[in-house]
Amino acid sequence: MSMIIKFIVASIASGTPILFGTLGEICHEKVGHLNLGVEGIMSIGAVAGFMVGYRTDSFVLALIAAFIGGALASLLYALLTVTFMANQNVTGLTLTIFGVGLANFIGYYALQHSENGTLKLPENITAQMRNVSIPGLSNIPVLGELLFSYTPFVYIGIITALLLGYYYKRTKTGLNVRAIGENPAAADAAGIKVTKCKYLNICLGGGICGIGGAYTIMIINKGVWISDCVGGLGWIAVALVIFATWSPVKAILGSFVFGALRQIRYYMPNSIGISTAIYDMLPYAITLLVLVVTSVRMVREKSQPAACGTNYFREDR
Amino acid sequence: MTAQKENNVAIECRGITKRFGSVVANDKINLTVRKGEILALLGENGSGKTTLMNMLSGIYHPDEGSILVDGREVTINSPTDATKLGIGMIHQHFKLVEVFSAMENIVLGTRETLQKPKEMKARIEELSARFGLEIDPQEKIYNMSVSEKQTVEILKVLYRGAKILILDEPTAVLTPQETEKLFEILRRMKSEGNAVIIITHKLNEVLSISDRVTILRKGRSIETVVTSESDVHSLTELMVGRPVELSIDRPPVENRSEILKVVNLSIRKPDGALALNDVSFTINRGEILGIAGVAGSGQKELCEGLVGLLSVEKGAILYDKENIVGKTPAEIIDLGISMSFIPEDRLGMGLVAGMGMVENMLLKSYRSKKGPFVKTQPAREQAQRLIKRLEIVTPGVDTPVRMMSGGNVQKVLLGREIESSPNVLITAYPVRGLDINSSYTVYELLNEQKKKNVAVIYVGEDLDVLLELCDRIMVLCHGKITGIVDADKVTKDEIGLMMTGEQLQSESETEGEN
Ligand SMILES: Nc1ncnc2c1ncn2[C@@H]1O[C@H](COP(=O)(O)OP(=O)(O)O)[C@@H](O)[C@H]1O
Ligand SMILES: [Mg+2]
Repeated sequence: MSMIIKFIVASIASGTPILFGTLGEICHEKVGHLNLGVEGIMSIGAVAGFMVGYRTDSFVLALIAAFIGGALASLLYALLTVTFMANQNVTGLTLTIFGVGLANFIGYYALQHSENGTLKLPENITAQMRNVSIPGLSNIPVLGELLFSYTPFVYIGIITALLLGYYYKRTKTGLNVRAIGENPAAADAAGIKVTKCKYLNICLGGGICGIGGAYTIMIINKGVWISDCVGGLGWIAVALVIFATWSPVKAILGSFVFGALRQIRYYMPNSIGISTAIYDMLPYAITLLVLVVTSVRMVREKSQPAACGTNYFREDR
Repeated sequence: MTAQKENNVAIECRGITKRFGSVVANDKINLTVRKGEILALLGENGSGKTTLMNMLSGIYHPDEGSILVDGREVTINSPTDATKLGIGMIHQHFKLVEVFSAMENIVLGTRETLQKPKEMKARIEELSARFGLEIDPQEKIYNMSVSEKQTVEILKVLYRGAKILILDEPTAVLTPQETEKLFEILRRMKSEGNAVIIITHKLNEVLSISDRVTILRKGRSIETVVTSESDVHSLTELMVGRPVELSIDRPPVENRSEILKVVNLSIRKPDGALALNDVSFTINRGEILGIAGVAGSGQKELCEGLVGLLSVEKGAILYDKENIVGKTPAEIIDLGISMSFIPEDRLGMGLVAGMGMVENMLLKSYRSKKGPFVKTQPAREQAQRLIKRLEIVTPGVDTPVRMMSGGNVQKVLLGREIESSPNVLITAYPVRGLDINSSYTVYELLNEQKKKNVAVIYVGEDLDVLLELCDRIMVLCHGKITGIVDADKVTKDEIGLMMTGEQLQSESETEGEN
């Protein structure tokens, strides 16, 4: 019993960085931009968050820096694809290579200049980002552990997802955003400021990805800087968008499933004796499976925004 | 007098020029529309009508010239500006979000929030009632027919309070009945004092709906005439620049010999509904068989079934006594059966938009050549030949077909099929959206094929043309044949009745049933 609860708790935690990446990518795709640069954006968010945290000793400032770092990376992407009409796939892939490289470079530089050859976040921050315990609630048996025993990231992620879901479904701006992703020419003709709306949402998406990046370095790596800290989670996040059928709320569930896939190896009895390579492969194999299944059966409303992947130029025909 | 006239002008263009690179799409165009008037804009394909209207609706910005609304000079930088000035445009290709409901599309981008759907719905229903529109506000666009989509577009501009309504070829995709309904709406708008600009290639529509006609030719405004003082001939002459013969030939069929026989054919649509139900007919060499019917009566499925694109549920297609059901499209093409289908949205279907004419030619012809390499020279010559033959307007044979105007793209498509010298030529809506001159070129082409003993299947919309061009007409209704008649022994009204499902009297008598 306690084992199962532990597994669930670990899965939820483990899915959280993916959740951020997925939410960020959804923000991109809702305005019709497929961004394959999530991995790079998360890396930039990670390094920005880490470095600011390292210098300022403030968790909140670190989070803000991670958001801004990610948003700036996406701003670059928006500049290239929205304004200069560069190919979205190529730009995204380039951004991945650039982002990961830049983060590693900055990290390497900082390591060179650190006193003892390692980079570790100060204790003050690590304390703040540890699991919050809410007096009273966290002590309820089972439920307390299941619901109120996480890092702040988990709560931020879930709240972000719910807010985004509300934004797209219930607000006027959300409707405009969806219209842009489906048919920018129609949105334009209806008087929506397409370019402005694209920039804002793409940058918002980048910022959310950036926080996911901060998670990888602060929680997964326990506040110690290493290179390639995002380690492929950005790619899973892109795939998870499809799993979540472009719904931020469903992304919560999806990310926890993927979190479970990443955790399952630690909760299997040793006697089964599955090679660890199989576990490593699991999330990717499921992603493939999901891609196949979802591409077979798709309701119009639940599929990718129709204009996703193509740039919009008013005078095009 | 003059003062009153000034007041009466809704919108005026003075010396508007617009260039796309080296192409001068509009060259110092002048245009005046009055309040309470319907102005028709007439011109051949590529004469710059859409470009001009796009400038009024804020999609493009003019390079030179000025636009006056209510006598004041204005700059229209975006569709929002146009809306504020009371200009609303219904585009040739609809600008609707497919996965949204009608209501969401209508209110999109307006100030009203989504919080009060009841109020919005009431307002839409009030507008619908006022102008005689019928629409379910909750219905999703992708479930709608073309004419319903158009109704949504009209509601969209009405909802924004448009006083100047622009319609770019609204009737190209409508049935005659739907067109009549649309015109009823336009007349109501006019009687409320609004200005309407309509683009259409169908001259009978111009004559019946408009008060005045402005004619564009090669990007210039040639003349504006009062509709009641003009007729089909004078308008065509102004448009083309020279007198044009407006009758379609029908050379007699020499010796009737059967080439294609369809027996009890049933075909299902991809979604499982029965599109063709037990259809039997024959077609002879050197004959044009017209196919009439309300849109969606099974015409598309028939064409696709004949060339092997849709699988046949039941029945046989005998080509020279050989059953071709089950053959692949490639095998059927090799037999000499060729199809060109112009879909309702007139885009794509058979041509690769990003490729030039030459490469599009190659797509069809490369298979017959040996070896892994393609030779572009013959295709290049072919393309050049077509440009001359069909008077195709394009900067060059390598210009992507996407950049060509709709009519010219259609000529390329049809021309390519003819170049493959087929024995059976299936062509669906080949003149959809074409101007009158190009339409007659297409009819001539088809007649030429007929004289070469090719069997031509012509799926058409315009009953007058079907009656003049075809030897026999087959009428489809809900996937069934309601009659196959000789075109010179039937009236338009009779065909119209058959299209709604009534069997022709004489025929049902001979069958001794019903
Ligand atoms: N966005 C564009 N880019 C390049 N050329 C264009 C564009 N729009 C129109 N043209 C060209 O301008 C001319 C006029 O086109 P258009 O206004 O669409 O004609 P019409 O509506 O009368 O058929 C054509 O030669 C067309 O190829
Ligand atoms: Mg046009």
